[in-house]
Order: sequence, then structure tokens, then C-alpha cells
Amino acid sequence: MDFGALLQNSLAAALGPDAIVYALAAIGLNVHFGYTGLLNFGQAGFMAVAAYGLAASIATWGLPFWLGILIGLAAALLLAVLLGVPTLRLRADYLAIATIASSEILRLVFGSVTLVDWFGGSNGRQGFAGDFYDLNPYNGRLDFGLFSFSRNDAWVFTVGWVLVALSCLVVWALMRSPWGRLLKSIREDEEAVRSLGKNVFAYKMQALILGGMFGAIAGFMLALKQASVIPTDYATDITFFCYTALLIGGAGRVLGPVIGAIIFWFLLSFLGGFFTRAAAADIIPSVIMTDTQASLVRFILVGLGLMLLMIYRPQGIFGDRREIAIDGR
Amino acid sequence: MAADTSLTGPGALTGVASEPGVPKPDPILTGSGISRTFGGLTAVDVATFEVQRGAITALIGPNGAGKTTFFNLLTGFDRPQGGEWSFNGAALASVPAYKVARLGMVRTFQLTKVLAKLTVIENMRLGATGQRGERFWAAMFSGLWKPQEAEITARADELLARFQLDTKREDFAGSLSGGQRKLLEMARALMVDPELIMLDEPMAGVNPALKQSLLGHVKSLRDEGRSVLFVEHDMDMVRDISDWVIVMAQGKIIAEGKPDSVMSDQRVIDAYLGAHHDTDLTDEAEIESQAAAELAAQEDDHA
Repeated sequence: MDFGALLQNSLAAALGPDAIVYALAAIGLNVHFGYTGLLNFGQAGFMAVAAYGLAASIATWGLPFWLGILIGLAAALLLAVLLGVPTLRLRADYLAIATIASSEILRLVFGSVTLVDWFGGSNGRQGFAGDFYDLNPYNGRLDFGLFSFSRNDAWVFTVGWVLVALSCLVVWALMRSPWGRLLKSIREDEEAVRSLGKNVFAYKMQALILGGMFGAIAGFMLALKQASVIPTDYATDITFFCYTALLIGGAGRVLGPVIGAIIFWFLLSFLGGFFTRAAAADIIPSVIMTDTQASLVRFILVGLGLMLLMIYRPQGIFGDRREIAIDGR
Repeated sequence: MAADTSLTGPGALTGVASEPGVPKPDPILTGSGISRTFGGLTAVDVATFEVQRGAITALIGPNGAGKTTFFNLLTGFDRPQGGEWSFNGAALASVPAYKVARLGMVRTFQLTKVLAKLTVIENMRLGATGQRGERFWAAMFSGLWKPQEAEITARADELLARFQLDTKREDFAGSLSGGQRKLLEMARALMVDPELIMLDEPMAGVNPALKQSLLGHVKSLRDEGRSVLFVEHDMDMVRDISDWVIVMAQGKIIAEGKPDSVMSDQRVIDAYLGAHHDTDLTDEAEIESQAAAELAAQEDDHA
């Protein structure tokens, strides 16, 4: 078995476009859940409205690229307001229910036959990423020695990591400020914050919108990296994988979601590659698992790993053990 | 000056009658007809009440009298079915809790609500009002709020020293003891610089040694010109520090007055011990006749 190639593939996956998308989405979830305590189970919805806003603007209505980006961001803003107004005055669980339901509704609407002229039904929309790749300054493959990216992936890689860095900078600047202190206080006890004269609803809304904006950027990157939008890409599992990445890295830390996404994709790629090769080379006999089963075992192991992490290191990689030890009251 | 002192503060309460809902010479908080029902249960039904400015007013009553519910209604944490009340002349009905606090009426909670995963000093800083850095766009640029933050921190450190929490400055608030949490909550409320501070059972779960210093702190609030309204079960504390006592039972204000006169009020004793606590209900002769009747009934059954 070729461990060198396995490692190279895993490293490429850990730093590649998929990890970037997850890192951006998880940064948004970190603002929601890690800092403010808002349970958003519908980050896929924010990604979907932004991606479809961009794709349909260009491919369906022939609008320019940057206007498409603006429409995508506006759609995510609208979604955050629509979700927040009825639920943010209520207990945290209501937001969780509303977000997971709305993200599923959005996915089904985007894939529906009725709107096939706009969103392309289950085939989605293609042919909107031309303007993005026209900006590509690279002429060939981008080679890092251990691994390399194709010309298009190199451009996504560059733009993506710049966006991740800028997002982290914004989160860092906000969370060290009194505004960030307010969000963390709301996470701890919103009644106490209210008793000190702060408009809790307004701050929760701001946090929901900000996290949704990061989700929107993740949606753009997902759409642009594969130059297509397909409804099944925005199913609820992407939200939960992003939560996994966030918890691995440590919620409530600036770099937690980024490191978490890198580790998540390294493990997923490494375990998938390992079991597929092992099964193909008959190191694992086919009685235990066949080639096709082997590629799915990684999800079982990631789930197992998440459980062990919660038991032995609940604060994630960057978390502070002392914080977890304090009772929630 | 002389006219002022005759109206405000605890001294002005001398001539006030000991009647429920009696008007005060200089009220900071007034209310009438406030009622709150939970289904069929009337938790609060207060006809009129007034709180004197610059004095310490205690709100007492047996368990379930509606004291905390009344607190929640006054501070906007709960909505009554009816009634109106005003603070410094500003009507407060259907004003949200955060605006009530901004007007200068800040409360604490019976079960302390410290922000466990924030440090003590961060808890304190949160209390300051009008922070520029709490606006989204300004928050990103530290130059816009750093100077104000330094002022806030200086004020917070002063208060921490006053409440003997300065050694805990960098500890997580969640690691404090119950009594220290009470102190922190009171100090944090003072960061808002309230005119009226409302304490919900400040002495519950506090050890006797800390109790004495807490008493001192509450008195010092009055001495610096603030008004205090507090709910308490500890009668020693009520007698010791309050200038005026309001007694609630079954949602109504049943008595008011100076601490000494209220404690001996028959209505108050009835509310705490039951109206018939000193009449003997079970007469001996009655028991004997009941027993005889029961025996006779048993014999009839056997026959």
C-alpha cells in the first residue's frame, strides 16, 4: 500500500477547497453557537440561498458577477432576519427547529420542478463561474512539493484562504470588543444581560446575521469551486459536519473552526483512502468489508472520534479546560 | 435645603401612617391596580403602592406571597394583566426590561445570575451603560472604544475593592462561592449607576460573617443617595436596615409601616402563622364524642 500517496491526498484535502468551505461555514457557526449560544442547525440554508442567489443571478438572469455576490449576501441577510424575528425572543430550541426546517424547505424549493426555469431543478445551475475563473492569475498547476493543485483549484485555494483569514480577523476584532463580551454574556445568561439594560434581541439578531454572512461566503466558495450548484450539496449533513469541525477545533475560539475543518478533512480523506486501499489490496478480507463499504467506514470512525472527543476533551483542541469545568449556572 | 430633607430620605417617613398603600412624601416608584394571574391563581393583586426615595424599603411576606412575581412585573421581566406604575414619573407599563434598567431601576435575582464563563472583571465591565464598543461597526476598531474601556475598568476596580472582590478579579465568575456571587451581582448592578436598586433575597444562602458586610453594603447604597427595595426572609436583616417595610400575602399588600410597628401588626402575624394559630381547634370533649361515635358505628357493623 502506498502510504506516501495516501498522505499527499490527505494533505491536499486538508488544505483544499472542501476544507475552506467547511472552515468558512464553521466560522459562522462559531459566531452563532460558540460565542452567542444560538443553536443554528440550518447553516446549509444560508449557504444555499447565497449560492443560488449567485448562480441564478448570473446563469438565469444574466446579471454581472459582483451583483450576483451582492444578491447572494442580501438573500442570506433576509433569511437571518426572517428566522430571527419570530424565534430569537423565545428559548434557544425554537431557533434550532426553525433553522433546520427552513434549510430543508430551501433545498426542496431549489430542487423543485415548478421553479426549474430559475434554479434548474435537481440538475442545478452551471455556467456562472466563468467571471470568477477569468480572474485567475495562475498559468499552471500550483505545486507545494508534497502536494499540488490544478490551475482552477489553486485559484479557489488562494481566494478561499484569504477569505478565511479575513473572516478570522473580523471575528477576532469583534470578540475582543465590548460587543463580543455582550455576545458571550448572552450565551451565559440572557436574563442577566437584560437586567443590565442591554437589548438582548438586537444583539442576537446581529450575531445571527453575522454568522449567516460567513455561511453565505461558504456557499459562494462551494458553488464556485465546482462551478455548479446542486440541491443535494445543501442537505443538512453539511451543517452537522461543520458542527463536527467546530467541536474538534474548539467552540468559542477564533481559530477553532479553521483548525477543526483542516483536521476533519485530513481524517476523512486519510481514513477513506486507507480503507479503500486496504480493502482493494485484500489486507482487509472482503468478508469484513468490500471496496464500496470501505469508503463509508470513515464516517463511522469520525462519529466514534467525535464521541471520544466529547468524553475526553470536551473543550476541543483550542478550548480552555477550566471553562468546561464550571457549571453552567 | 431644609425643605429637601423634610421630603426625601428615610427621615421623611416618620409621620407616614402605617396603612397598606399609603402615599409617601417623595415617592420614586408608584403603582396602582397591578394584577397578574397564572390560570386561576392570582399571584399579584396590588391596589396601590409607593416607594420612598432615598430610603431602604423591605418587601416581606410568606412563601408564595407573590414578592418575586411583583419584582418581575415592576422590572419588565413579566407582563401583568392590568395596572400601571411609574418610576420617577415615567410610565413603565409594557416597557421592556432593558429599557427599565436604562431608566435607572436595576434588579438582582433570587438565584444569582453571574456570567459563569466570564471573569469577574468582565462581568463588571458588562454592567456599564452607553458603551461605544457595544455598537457593531465601532467594535471592530479598538481605537474607538479603548479609552472608554479604561474608564469603565477603573470604575469597576473601585467597586470590586469596595465589595472585597478585588482578589478575585481575574477568576471566572463561576468559581465564586454563593455569597461572593451575591456581592458580584450587587456590584455589577451598581455599574449601571441605578437610582433605585432592587435586590431579590440578597441574604439567601450567605454565611453569617458575609451577611454583616452585605448589610453594610446595602446601607452604604442608601448613604450615597440611592433608593433600595429588597425582598428578604431574614427578619433580623429587615429589622436592622430597613426604613420601611411592606408586607405581602397572597398577592396583596396587607400591611406597611416602620419595621417595629409592622412586626407586631396582627395582620402580619396572621399572614405568617395563620389567622387561627392561637385558637385551639381540637377541643378534648369533641375528640371524645367523635371516638365514641366511631366505636358505636363499628359495633353496629359487627352485629
